[in-house]
Amino acid sequence: MTQLLLDVRDLTVSFHTSDGIVEAVRGVSFQVDRGKTLGIVGESGSGKSVATQTVAGLTRGARISGRAIFEGRDLLTLSAAELRAIRGPGIAMIFQNPLTSLHPFYKIGWQIVEMIRAHESGSAESARRRAIELLGHVGIPRPERRVDDYPHQFSGGMLQRAMIAMALALKPRLLIADEPTTALDVTVQAQIMRLMRRLQSEFGMAIILITHDLGVIAGVADDVVVMYAGQVMEQASRYGLFRQPSHPYTTGLLGSLPRINFPDERLTAITGQPPSLIHPPSGCPFHPRCPHVMDRCVTSVPAFMAVPGAEAHRSACWLLDPESIS
Amino acid sequence: MNESLLRVEHLVKHFPMKAQTFWGDRQYVHAVDDVSLDVRRGETLGLVGETGCGKSTLARCIVRLENPTSGRVIFDGHDITSASEDELRSYRQQMQMVFQDPYSSLNPRRRVGSIIGDPFGIHGVASGTERKRRVQELMDLVGLNPEHYNRFPGQFSGGQRQRIGIARAIALKPRLLVCDEPVSALDVSIRAQILNLLADLQKELGLTILFISHDLSVVRHVSDRIAVMYLGKVAEIASAEALFDHARHPYTRALLSAIPIADPDLDAAREQIVLSGDPPSPIEPPPACRFHPRCPRAETMCAVEEPALIARLSDREDHPAACHFPVKDGESVAAAGKPS
Repeated sequence: MTQLLLDVRDLTVSFHTSDGIVEAVRGVSFQVDRGKTLGIVGESGSGKSVATQTVAGLTRGARISGRAIFEGRDLLTLSAAELRAIRGPGIAMIFQNPLTSLHPFYKIGWQIVEMIRAHESGSAESARRRAIELLGHVGIPRPERRVDDYPHQFSGGMLQRAMIAMALALKPRLLIADEPTTALDVTVQAQIMRLMRRLQSEFGMAIILITHDLGVIAGVADDVVVMYAGQVMEQASRYGLFRQPSHPYTTGLLGSLPRINFPDERLTAITGQPPSLIHPPSGCPFHPRCPHVMDRCVTSVPAFMAVPGAEAHRSACWLLDPESIS
Repeated sequence: MNESLLRVEHLVKHFPMKAQTFWGDRQYVHAVDDVSLDVRRGETLGLVGETGCGKSTLARCIVRLENPTSGRVIFDGHDITSASEDELRSYRQQMQMVFQDPYSSLNPRRRVGSIIGDPFGIHGVASGTERKRRVQELMDLVGLNPEHYNRFPGQFSGGQRQRIGIARAIALKPRLLVCDEPVSALDVSIRAQILNLLADLQKELGLTILFISHDLSVVRHVSDRIAVMYLGKVAEIASAEALFDHARHPYTRALLSAIPIADPDLDAAREQIVLSGDPPSPIEPPPACRFHPRCPRAETMCAVEEPALIARLSDREDHPAACHFPVKDGESVAAAGKPS
């Protein structure tokens, strides 16, 4: 049985900047089930990080509307103190660059201990024992010694392991991983992805995996959301998305990737540039770059329509509307 | 006629460390350690490896942005390892470089037209209106609007900036283009545009390309042959096809298995080799085979005797691998050697 853990509805996030209002997220909805992995894929500026950071209460000064129901409570209406109580045991996050997520002057073990003690009562010693145990659990060799290392003494892969240890310390129900392996080498990336899968099955947590890499998504996500210019373009199960991509942006992204088994085919690049989010295009945000653009794409935003013949597979494209064919 | 345009022979580059040890010994970063390879006329040689394997240092030694510690770089039959600055200038008309970061490799205070036109001025090839005409021709060739001649780099997106870098590199119609991670900083949809552009330019201008990347799927797409580097050494060289279908070195196999594939069915079907640990430090690289501490097939011998880069099993001469226990076709990497 699957159970809904996080339900995000119509989320909009905008920021005031000196250049104008940046509409970073424009009406995004997605759901995460308990114990499952949702992959959010998109390019720079697609809003994938802003959307999830807003859910975790990390976008200060932004104008936010919509709902984000986590275990029956709307995260967007909670006070700072209430959010603080949820972050850690409820929702934990890891980021792209582990070196900037850790304080360079404090020992790694101390930083994990501090996090544990901020949320739970208990002695410093027992928290330290937990930290050592956690570091060992994420594959740090000789954790009883490495616990007293400073961040610069760890390699990139080990730092990301330490970040994961810290995120898992309070056994969160949801882990938001924002490009967790982008800064790492491929062989280390494979280690970290394997570790995250193992820990997910042990702890039973749900994961939101944010990445620009369709290949990483294909390996781990149960469901996938494709974002572009602050909106969801397509949503499907992993197999649905890769076997039967529907939205022209998704097919464009897949066509842009060199395929291992077809080395000589020419890449079908998407022409043009991603749009500015200060003045997003009218209608479908992808219409200036879309090879199938029609008149109505310029004037009206496509509805989120079911893709025929596939369960829970939806795409925001007018091509799916029978009225467009005529 | 000599079929290789560029030959690298036993190239070594060691960087001295700032700090000395307690006994006053100076430590060195062994960035590139005895690398030999050749790039044939008109081909694209892909050079792959992870952070710190020495691939960028090798590239910089080839175009002499760094002076090698020892070894030789032979371009079109001429040894340029000890060429003077004047001699180098004429060679640099024939070999140019495209850098990874289109943000830091373009001067933000100079107009695009003058950045792309620089090579014409430096080499005294064209000036005045002739120079402007040729710059605009180049801009058109790489897919930039020639009317944007007077704009600054800041007014262009990442993909467009990489086009500017490429235009500057091909201005003098070089014979060899050294591309150091040219698409790593770009988004997927833009990356494909640049890869297609490089392929078109190669066809049009008859370029020979040394293409450096950490991304094996990109390298596979662009390369005729591929060299795999690990910690300053070449682990394996082969045609792109042979490397993907008949990789001999366990490190190559591990790299191949770690490529994220955007196809869940294909992804599930292949062998997963997850290496333990991180790449070791190039300051004190492991003895003998540098991969042995992480290798699932390593035996005592691997820590004692360095494997030569020669053809293994029944492979052709042009597919050498530096491994005592090469992986046979269809064999699992973990199978041979010690029981795991």
